[in-house]
Amino acid sequence: MNDFEDEPKRLARLAPNLKRRVLIYRIIRDFFQEQDFLEVETPVRAPAIAPEQFIVPFQSEDRYLAASPELHMKRLLSAGYDRIFQFSRCFRKGERGRWHNPEFVMLEWYRKGADYLKIIDDTEKLAARIAEKLGMGKSIKYQGQKIDISPPWPRTTVQDAYVKAAGWDPIKESKPEKFDTDFVEKVLPGLAKDRPTVLLDYPAAQASLAKLKADNPLVAERAEVFIGGLELANAYSELADAGEQTKRFKEAIEQIERERGQQMPLPEKFLKSVENLPECGGIALGVDRLVMLFCDADKIDDVMAFTEDSA
Amino acid sequence: MEISGVRKNSKLIIDGALYNVEEAEFAKPGKGRAVYRLRLKNLRDGKVIDRTYRSGESVDEASMSTEEEQYLYREGSQYIFMNSSTYEQHPLSEEMLGIKKNFLKEGMEVVMLMHGDEAIEVQLPITINLKVTETEISTKTATVTPQNKASVVETGYRVDTPSFIKVGDVIKVDTRTGNYVERVTTGK
Repeated sequence: MNDFEDEPKRLARLAPNLKRRVLIYRIIRDFFQEQDFLEVETPVRAPAIAPEQFIVPFQSEDRYLAASPELHMKRLLSAGYDRIFQFSRCFRKGERGRWHNPEFVMLEWYRKGADYLKIIDDTEKLAARIAEKLGMGKSIKYQGQKIDISPPWPRTTVQDAYVKAAGWDPIKESKPEKFDTDFVEKVLPGLAKDRPTVLLDYPAAQASLAKLKADNPLVAERAEVFIGGLELANAYSELADAGEQTKRFKEAIEQIERERGQQMPLPEKFLKSVENLPECGGIALGVDRLVMLFCDADKIDDVMAFTEDSA
Repeated sequence: MEISGVRKNSKLIIDGALYNVEEAEFAKPGKGRAVYRLRLKNLRDGKVIDRTYRSGESVDEASMSTEEEQYLYREGSQYIFMNSSTYEQHPLSEEMLGIKKNFLKEGMEVVMLMHGDEAIEVQLPITINLKVTETEISTKTATVTPQNKASVVETGYRVDTPSFIKVGDVIKVDTRTGNYVERVTTGK
C-alpha cells in the first residue's frame, strides 16, 4: 500500500483481512463457550479506571473511557462468576503507530482457581486452535518468517532475557527508563523468531494488578506473550489483597499527578470488591495484533477498516 | 515540542542541523513508557540517522514558513526558484526535490517551504495537468482489457498511461506517487 491510496481501493484491499477477523472472533467465542466461559459486557464509560503511570485515558464528560475492562470483570469474579471473557473496546490516548491505534479491541478472560501459567496454557491452546481452524496447521507465516506455534511455547524469565540481551539484571537493579528502552532496542529483537516467547516474572515494581511470588517478593506473577515481534498479551495471577491493591493504586495516582498533572480517582467500588476476589488468573490480549499475525499484516491499519487517521 | 507530537515529515533541529522525519515508529513495551524511534534525514547533506526518544522528552521543532515562488529553470543538478514578490532566487537540489522534479514546468507557481531564508521543500498540488509529448503507438484499436504503455509528458517525465493516450492529450498525474490519474483533454 502507499500513503495516498483512495478509500474505496483501500477498503477493497482490506476485505480478506476483515473477513478473516470475523472468523477469528467466531473461533475465539467457540473456544471459550465450549469451556463454559460466559461472554460478558462491561461499560465503555466508567467513573473510575485503573490508574496506570503510562496509560493515558480519554475523558468523556465526568467519566473515563475504558483503557481495559479489567476492573469490572474482576467485580464479576468477586460476585461469583467463575469463568468470563469479553471482547472490549479500549481507548488509550497517544498510542498510535504500526502496532497501535488509540481505539482498539482487547480480549480478556479470567478463570477462578488459575494462576498466570494456567492462563498462558489457555493462550497457547487458543492460538493453536485458530491456526488449525484457519487451515494453517501448526505454523503460521508472518512477514516472511515461519513460526511454529504449537504448544508449549518456550518460556524465559525477564531476568534471564535482560541478562542475556542487555547485560544487566532488572530484578536486582531498578532502572525503569532503561528497562523500557532496552526492551525495545535489545530484548525484543533478541527473542526467537521461529517460536512464540513467554516472558515470565516481571520486577515487583511493574506488578500493576499482579500478585507477587510467595517465595520471591521481588518478582510478580506476570507473563507476556510475544509472537513475530508483536507483544500480544499480558497475564497475571491476580492480586486479591485489597490493602496491597489500594496501596499500589495510591502510588500510581500520585505519580500520575506528579508527571502528567492529572488527577485520577481511586476506583473505590473495585477495591471494595477485591475483598471477595477469589484466587484467579486473567489476561488481556490485543485482538487487532492477533488478527495481524493470522493475516500476515505488518501494520494495524491493515486489519481495521478505519483507524485514527482514516476515521 | 513533545516527542509524542512528532510525525512523518516533521522538521526538527538536532545538534544545530535541520532534519526531516522520514519515519517515526511508536513502540510501547507492556505497561511501560512509550519509546519513539525516529529515522531522520539531514536536509542539507542527505545523511540519515536514527534516534530513540522516550515519552515526555522534547525535541526542537524547526520554525518553517511558506512563500509563493515561481520555478524558473534548471541549472545542472540545481533547480532555481524565485520569490514572486521580492524576486529573490533560491536553488533547490535535485536530491532535495525528489520525485517532484518531474512535475516542474518553467514559470509555474509553487509554494516553497522555507527555514529562515533557505528553501527546503516545494509543495505542489496533489495532481497536476501535463501534456503528452511522446507515446508508444498502440497497435490494437479496441482492447477489451486496458493495457498500459509508456508515455512522456512535457517535463520529460516518463509515466505509465492507458493505451488510448495520444500525443497532445493532457493528462492528470498524482504528484505524490507520480502515477497517471486520468485524461483531461484530448489533443488533435
